[in-house]
Amino acid sequence: MIEGTDLVRTYRLGDNIVRALDHVSLRIESGEMIAIRGPSGSGKSTLMNLLGCLEQPDSGTYTIEGEDVSKLSADRLAEIRNKRIGFVFQTFNLLPRMSALENVELPLHYAARHDAKDRAVDALKLVGLGDRMDHEPNQLSGGQRQRVAIARAIVSDPAILLADEPTGALDSRTGEEILGLFRALNERGHTVIIVTHDLSVARHCRREIYIKDGQITQPPEAVMGSPLAEVAAP
Amino acid sequence: MMLWMILKVAVKSLAANKLRSVLAMLGIIIGVGAVISMLALGAGAARSVKERFSAMGTNLLIVRPAQRGSMGVMSGTQQNLTVEDAQALVGVAGVRRIAPVVSGNVQAKYLNKNSRVSVLGTTNTYFPLRDFKVERGEGFTDADTDRMSRVAVIGPVTATNLFGTLDPLDKNIKLNGMNFRVVGVMKAKGDQGWFNPDDQVVMPFTTAMKQVLGQEYLREIDIQAEDGADLDKLQADVFALMRTRHRVQAGAANDIDIRNQADMLEAANSVSQTFTMLLGGIAGISLLVGGIGIMNIMLVTVTERTREIGVRKAIGAKNKDILRQFLLEALLMSGLGGVLGVGLGYGGAKVLPLVSQFEAEVEPFSVLLALGFSAGVGIFFGFYPAYRAARLDPIEALRHE
Repeated sequence: MIEGTDLVRTYRLGDNIVRALDHVSLRIESGEMIAIRGPSGSGKSTLMNLLGCLEQPDSGTYTIEGEDVSKLSADRLAEIRNKRIGFVFQTFNLLPRMSALENVELPLHYAARHDAKDRAVDALKLVGLGDRMDHEPNQLSGGQRQRVAIARAIVSDPAILLADEPTGALDSRTGEEILGLFRALNERGHTVIIVTHDLSVARHCRREIYIKDGQITQPPEAVMGSPLAEVAAP
Repeated sequence: MMLWMILKVAVKSLAANKLRSVLAMLGIIIGVGAVISMLALGAGAARSVKERFSAMGTNLLIVRPAQRGSMGVMSGTQQNLTVEDAQALVGVAGVRRIAPVVSGNVQAKYLNKNSRVSVLGTTNTYFPLRDFKVERGEGFTDADTDRMSRVAVIGPVTATNLFGTLDPLDKNIKLNGMNFRVVGVMKAKGDQGWFNPDDQVVMPFTTAMKQVLGQEYLREIDIQAEDGADLDKLQADVFALMRTRHRVQAGAANDIDIRNQADMLEAANSVSQTFTMLLGGIAGISLLVGGIGIMNIMLVTVTERTREIGVRKAIGAKNKDILRQFLLEALLMSGLGGVLGVGLGYGGAKVLPLVSQFEAEVEPFSVLLALGFSAGVGIFFGFYPAYRAARLDPIEALRHE
């Protein structure tokens, strides 16, 4: 379970102070599959960065499985990201000149684990790329690259799988496949958070958090009776 | 993260930009090569100086008239060494041999061949004292000295100049119009740079002073000390004796100079050392410039791979992991450049003696020095780019295009 309370994050843009997150509170249970949706500039990226421990809130607390991570040092945050969070990016962000297998092993190397190879092989098999392990990213299609990225995200068995527009760079059919993969992983017990601006992507999730102007609100579609009208109450 | 993994990544990223990596390394390669070949030149020079000095003979003290002058301006050399002075020195404790020396230049002639040679008048002790060997014939004798005989021992170059391929022994050469019988030819010593010991005519000093050169005073008195003798004490004794003989007032400066072979060797060595340091220093600057080249490339690399750094940080790389990775890459470049530079330096040390008159000798110490220095340069100039990479904010880095 992860829980954010009263999260505030502001940026200074020239003379303006932009309040990207304005007293946001949320709670995501283990095993959920949830979408964080909002238009661009809504603060959803900032929220994702906070949830992913890439940055820290100006105020408010954030706990992952009971551990307060909102005031940790940079090195401790790196450890949290390494062990508890798996990132999937819109543009895959695989490292060039390294095989799929080496890419997937990487988080385990930073954790200095000695069973890196076996676990990476398992993860790649799980995402359906058991036969492409020695390929480098530029030898793979977009969908395959995203599968490698997902394997990399789940390889250290993190508490949260955090995907930022995971289908944004894919054609719609491949996007559906990737979303199907997330559902399958969710059914295996992974907590999945998908950050998107796209309602059709959000529909694959059981719940969504809609964010606008730095605050969690009702999505506009709820008025029209969207099946995803269930909004996390602050 | 395990070292061999970082090493693998570093090798791959250098291999991905081969030309760029090689160009960045080139500064180090040339720098290390230059340092090694310059130090090799210095070592070669020191060795040849040492060889020249040992060719002069050993345990040598050279007594010469003191330079006259005041306020640092030399106004000439006094003539005050006499044959009697030389004879008196024979009795000093620790002296093995004495050779009085006079010299001058004369025209030598055999049949139609002419040569300007330097005449050296001395005793037959001069040959062992200065480590000259008489290769053919023999040296002159004490009797020759007493009788003022017109006999000469000639150097091999003089022999070739005057006689070509003929055997000079027992032939008469003309020196300033007087006939001299060649009794011996010396073994070649090789050109010493400042003068050629193989191109001279050695004869009894009596003959040289009275008949050929018309000199009353000696140019120098060469003293060879006994093996193991205290050279400093001997030098002091010689000074004391000469002050008495020349009636130098108490408190006045010595009217002779004594040059000690060890001092001369030291002086010559310090000159060659200064040159070595100068050359090595200039070469070292090129190594430094090579380091700046590596720093430049590493800064470019860090900028290019900002996104990769962001990804690595997102999946759990700590600052020190990033720092280590880029530092190792810089170190790999400078280390590889250093190894290639050692090869270049060896090559330079082989080629330089072929195309110039210098000798070169690569010392293991200079290889270690250059390698250590290039690794140090890699760490020093690699640190700042690596530090910048490590300090990148993961979010900024991930956004970087």
